[in-house]
Order: sequence, then structure tokens, then C-alpha cells
Amino acid sequence: MSTEPSMPLWEVFIRPRVGLHHKHVGSLHAADSTLALQAARDVYTRREEGDSIWVVASKNVHASDPGKAAENFDPAGDKIYRHPSFYDIPDDVGHM
Amino acid sequence: MNPALLHSVVQIADDHLILGHRMSEWCGHAPMLEEDLSMPNMALDMIGQARTLYTYAATIENQGRTEDDFAYLRNDREYLNCLLVERPNGDFAHTMLRQLYFAAYMHPFWEAMHKSTDNTLQALSFKAVKEIAYHIRHCGEWIVRLGDGTDESHERINNAVSALHPYTAELFEVDEQRLAGIELGIFPAQAQLRQVWDKTIDQIFHQAKIKVPRTDFNQSGGRKGLHTEDFGLLLSQLQYLQRAYPGSTW
Repeated sequence: MSTEPSMPLWEVFIRPRVGLHHKHVGSLHAADSTLALQAARDVYTRREEGDSIWVVASKNVHASDPGKAAENFDPAGDKIYRHPSFYDIPDDVGHM
Repeated sequence: MNPALLHSVVQIADDHLILGHRMSEWCGHAPMLEEDLSMPNMALDMIGQARTLYTYAATIENQGRTEDDFAYLRNDREYLNCLLVERPNGDFAHTMLRQLYFAAYMHPFWEAMHKSTDNTLQALSFKAVKEIAYHIRHCGEWIVRLGDGTDESHERINNAVSALHPYTAELFEVDEQRLAGIELGIFPAQAQLRQVWDKTIDQIFHQAKIKVPRTDFNQSGGRKGLHTEDFGLLLSQLQYLQRAYPGSTW
């Protein structure tokens, strides 16, 4: 017998407009991907937030262990040279 | 002033206001949060279309009435909505099916109105057709899942079909005012809409494993102002504020 919940959780990603990234905006419950997309449209795009929606079953999202946050992320803390902030950007290049 | 056109516009406006009001009754009571947003969304689409139509009706009539006079200050016999839209919400299956029945009628209607000889209605048709297309999709997907879901959901959607199907024929009635509008190229022929409606419903019911029932007796009367008992209760709630505090605004 399946132990899947009948209304599993989905993560919702919205793209504000063409050329930008889909961004995580929240989650919702739905029986399947079709209804999840409809619910996402109704819950998360009521104020013209975007023009494209992705939904991903939350069970398919694998997260890093918060207990390992220190070993994962702290080592990057003193490697300031990885930020390309030592260059003078010509004005003509515009926003990067 | 074209009294026939006014009559038809008020009929369509009343359909939208009353169905929108019914749908809005779910606000805060939906079976899940997602639908608690989705149903008021659809209600707002309906009420938004009603507002445009009432404003147009007031313009046609040219007696100084406003959209609010039409929406809030008429008596039950003056409302010309079909009976389908005033049916009580019942369970979720009833509400989804009622919306599908209506949307499956309005979608081909608004599509045909892209070619209407009436400029105001033609302009509204481009906005309305997108909204109503979503209602068909949303309600249709639910009906497929209810029909092809559990024993209980199947039974509930079948009960809804038995209860509401006899109210669908009234959508396609043609009175003399509508006939005048059809002849002027303002409105599409009802028979043409019926074909599309049948196809939409057949398709969704087939997927949902529901039989389209044969109804020997069809309910009718709303288009002439003869409503069901539930309608008075609906109006008393819809009109309460304007009746208790005439002219109040906020």
C-alpha cells in the first residue's frame, strides 16, 4: 500500500518576466502537478508576480544538513578574492 | 435606447453577479487554503464582468441609474439571471460543476462576441474570454479528479450532475429580446453555443467517467424573473448593506 499523502507538498517557483530566473516563492498542497500549477497560479500570481510557473514536488528537493552549515559555508568566509570586486568596470559596460 | 438590448445585457450581467456572489460565499470556508484563494478569484472575475455589464446597461437605459442601482436596489422579480447560477453551493462538487456548466457556455459566447456589432460588448469579450477559459480548466480538472477519484468523490459529483443538469437547458433559451439581438448581429445564435457546450461537457465527463444524463424535464424561469426559493435568501444577504444603510459608501 502506498504511503504517499493524497495532497503532497509542492514548491513553487515564479519567473517575474522573460530573461529572469524562476525564483522560489513558497509552497502549497495539491493532488498532482496539474492541480499544483493551477493552485500556484491562484495563490502566487494574483498581483501580476510573473509570467511562468514551475512546481516541484517537495519530496524531490534535497537539502543540505543545517548541522553541517559550518563546515559547508564558513570556509568561504575568508576568500574575499573570489569576489570580482577589484576591477574597474568601464561605464559603457553598464549594469553587470 | 434599445429596450431589447438592455433586457439581454441585464440577463447576462445578473448571471455574473449572482454566480459571483455564490462563489464568494466560499471565501473562508473552502476545503483547503489553495481553493480558498481560487474560488474568490473566480468570484471576482464574475463580479468584475457584471460591473462592466451593469454600467453598460445603465448607459443604454440612460435614466441616471448606476451599476450599484442594478446590483443592489432591484427586487427579485427584476433579476433575470438563469436559475443555474442561483442554485446553492452544496458541496465542493456542486460548486465546481455549476461553474463548469456556466463557463462552458460563456466561453464560446465571448469568443463569438469578438465579432459582435456592439462595440462595448465586443471590447469586454476580449477580457472575459481569458478569465472564463481558466474557469473551464480549473473546474474541469477538478471534475475529472472527483469523477475518477474515490467512491465518495464519484458519488458526490454524480449527485451534483443529477441535481444541476436540469438547469442547463435554460442557458440556451431564446426570448424575443435576445432574438432581436441575434438578428442584429449583436449576439451569437444559441444553437451554435450549444454545440460547443455539448462538446466541452462530453469531453470532461468522459475523462471523469461520468455519464451525461438525459433530462426529460428542464427547470426554467429565471430569465423571466421567476426564481427559486433560495434566491430571496441570496438577495437579502447581497443587498443587506444598501437596504439597511441606503446610499452608504466606503
